Amino acid sequence: MTILNTPDIVLKLDNLCIASTSSGALLVDGLSFSLDEGKFLAIVGESGSGKTMAARSILRLLPTGVTVTGGNIYLAGESLVAASGRRLQALRGGTVGMVFQEPMVSLNPAIKVGQQMAEGLRLHTTLSATEIEARSIAMLQSVQIADPVRCLASYPHEFSGGMRQRIMLASVMMLKPRLLIADEPTTALDTLTQLEVLELMVALAKQQGTAVLLITHNLGLVAKYADNAIVMCKGKVVESGEARQILANPQDPYTKQLIEALPRRLPTVAKAPTPPVVEVRQLRVNYAVRRTSWFGKTSTHCAVDGVDLAVHQGETIAVVGGSGCGKTSLGRALLRLIPNGGGQILYQGQPIEDATGSALHEFRLACQLVFQDPYSSLNPRMRIGEIIYEPLLHLPMMSASARQQRVTEVLGEVGLPGFERRFGHELSGGQRQRVAIARAIVRRPAFVVADEPVSALDMTIQAQILRLFAELQRTHGFACLFISHDLAAVEQIADRVIVMQSGKIVEQGSRDDIFDRPQHDYTKALLAARTSV
Amino acid sequence: MMAVKRRRLPSANLLVGATLVGGLAFIALVAVFWTPYDPLQLSLRIKLQPPSAAHWLGTDEFGRDVVSRAMAGAATSCWVALLAVGFAVLAGTGVGVVAGYFRGWVDRILMTFNDALLAFPGILLALAIMVIVGANKYGIIIALGLAYAPMVVRVVRGTVLSIREKEYIEASRMIGNSEMRTMVRHVLPNCVAPLAVLATSLFGWALLSESALSFLGLGVPPPAPTWGNMLAGSRSYMQSASWLGMVPGLCIALMLLGVNLLGDYLRDRLDPRLNEA
Repeated sequence: MTILNTPDIVLKLDNLCIASTSSGALLVDGLSFSLDEGKFLAIVGESGSGKTMAARSILRLLPTGVTVTGGNIYLAGESLVAASGRRLQALRGGTVGMVFQEPMVSLNPAIKVGQQMAEGLRLHTTLSATEIEARSIAMLQSVQIADPVRCLASYPHEFSGGMRQRIMLASVMMLKPRLLIADEPTTALDTLTQLEVLELMVALAKQQGTAVLLITHNLGLVAKYADNAIVMCKGKVVESGEARQILANPQDPYTKQLIEALPRRLPTVAKAPTPPVVEVRQLRVNYAVRRTSWFGKTSTHCAVDGVDLAVHQGETIAVVGGSGCGKTSLGRALLRLIPNGGGQILYQGQPIEDATGSALHEFRLACQLVFQDPYSSLNPRMRIGEIIYEPLLHLPMMSASARQQRVTEVLGEVGLPGFERRFGHELSGGQRQRVAIARAIVRRPAFVVADEPVSALDMTIQAQILRLFAELQRTHGFACLFISHDLAAVEQIADRVIVMQSGKIVEQGSRDDIFDRPQHDYTKALLAARTSV
Repeated sequence: MMAVKRRRLPSANLLVGATLVGGLAFIALVAVFWTPYDPLQLSLRIKLQPPSAAHWLGTDEFGRDVVSRAMAGAATSCWVALLAVGFAVLAGTGVGVVAGYFRGWVDRILMTFNDALLAFPGILLALAIMVIVGANKYGIIIALGLAYAPMVVRVVRGTVLSIREKEYIEASRMIGNSEMRTMVRHVLPNCVAPLAVLATSLFGWALLSESALSFLGLGVPPPAPTWGNMLAGSRSYMQSASWLGMVPGLCIALMLLGVNLLGDYLRDRLDPRLNEA
């Protein structure tokens, strides 16, 4: 065992190499850095950059088929590459804590929160059960859980994603680790919750003197929180140093490209007034809530509560708000994908909220939807060509050769020429999203709803997709309802912005009005939570 | 996360499975036109003879040639099992897809009925149906098919439930596809992998159930040979003439092995994600 006598360096990686055993491909190629006590280091990169692998290798949590092939990892001077499995087990949780990306699955749904929190303390300390409980309650209080005693006796599903991530953070920080590894801890959360969780994480780490290793693709977070940053691309470090320095004055072309890819506001283009394509008046969407008792009445939860909205031809309206604000339900109800609980939907002046048969079919032909998750929106058994061809089957006037030609044309438009014979799983996330867009626009729709179309994608890919979207809209002039929690993307693409909170529109206006002169408190909070470089 | 690509083995599953199933199927096919002896010809003078040059696998208690009977039995047994499984898969998939896709009261009614059927042991259900439709070859096919269909319904419905939440199903509705087209074009093809695995294991069970039914006297009626009734008939001679049980037993075992290996191969093959471009 090698001991380096440098007490305030918590973690030191020395030329770490990680490779896939089956193909021999290097996933991480010579990563070196050192992290001092109480410091905040961010590893930035896009998917496939090896940042997650590097983080996981520290506690030997690499997936099967991936191993450390060279270099060394020192935790407080102790080599972890040489350490025994038992030694690592003692370090995991105790000395090194880890917070994962998916709050929905990182807590065991079958075990009460209290037991899950106590588990770590029982393993790593000799505290009694009452002491453990007292500590858990204190810790939950410090992550601002309202009723900690009740929280301990509850199951994870009773909490929202943000609360679960805070519970996760509490249970990790309770052991006072010297190093906290946070792998995209807030990526799955909306803007406001993201801010809350990160602020708590930083505060707790400062208070306990914990060093933090943050894995992220969000440059805004790096700018706001990190002392130092490392930019990785395809397994290699392309740039490292002081975070602010890197962001303000990037040297490497890849870093420049990343910063370049950040959405920014484009000058407002004056558009001639156009007739509305889709209008809703007093739209409501209700969900039945499960009865609490056998004889109780079924109560309803109102996801969209009396929304008025008009989307004009060629215009992009962004709907923003935190998770659960009803923005997705609004989009789905507009397309008649979910039943509306009242109100009017007009398509080109005609009411279609109760339309059935051919009227509904006609409306469907004119409207399309782009989904958030490019991985589940393509049928895995169909080739790209078939997927894009299918919508055209509903245009009986079109000949087979014209359809084929249209498919080729649209694939060209979205930048995927010659992809007809491929399957979805052969494509990257960005390419899949292009296919989904191609499917949506192949029939030249009048109205497209895009539900978080870029939030599952990498930064540079996001920028490409947003550009593509704007370009297609310019060419084909469809109206667009852009649903997002990402204010940066909205700022780039929207003409008008609607802010929703618990089913109601709290503020709406032109993009510049909303971003420069927000009126409502909620809008102000959203804007304040936004991270920027 | 890294997607660990599975490397394609020169598939031993396919090789062994296809050889076994192909070999036995070929024998069954030959038996339709030619067997060394007439499998039904009784000659009590040569009963229970051990394997010899004239009768390679000996003769049974009525002096019938075991090779000929095993060959003829292959045809009947495989045919019965194949049709029964086909029937179960067709009926079960139809019901399963409809129940899983539409949910609501359609699902509730279909599944209540299905669960009631599942509550009976398969063989008991088959027995009851046999009593109604009568003990003949087609009776068994219908009985076994109906007895296994509820399992197919369960598996298919479960798969459909997860598929229907996928966004490509919503996309299909957005495109303007009818429910029918969505089910056939988008839901059904994605159920194939679990179905293939289930169908192959059902085939094995059908072979065994056919022999169990024959054993109870409700199978393919004698004197027509099946592996099942050969096995059943050999019970009394287990000690004196062990070849009588070994031959059909081995046939069933080899067929099952072959079918299961083929099923594994099919499952991998049918999943486009495991096929390299």
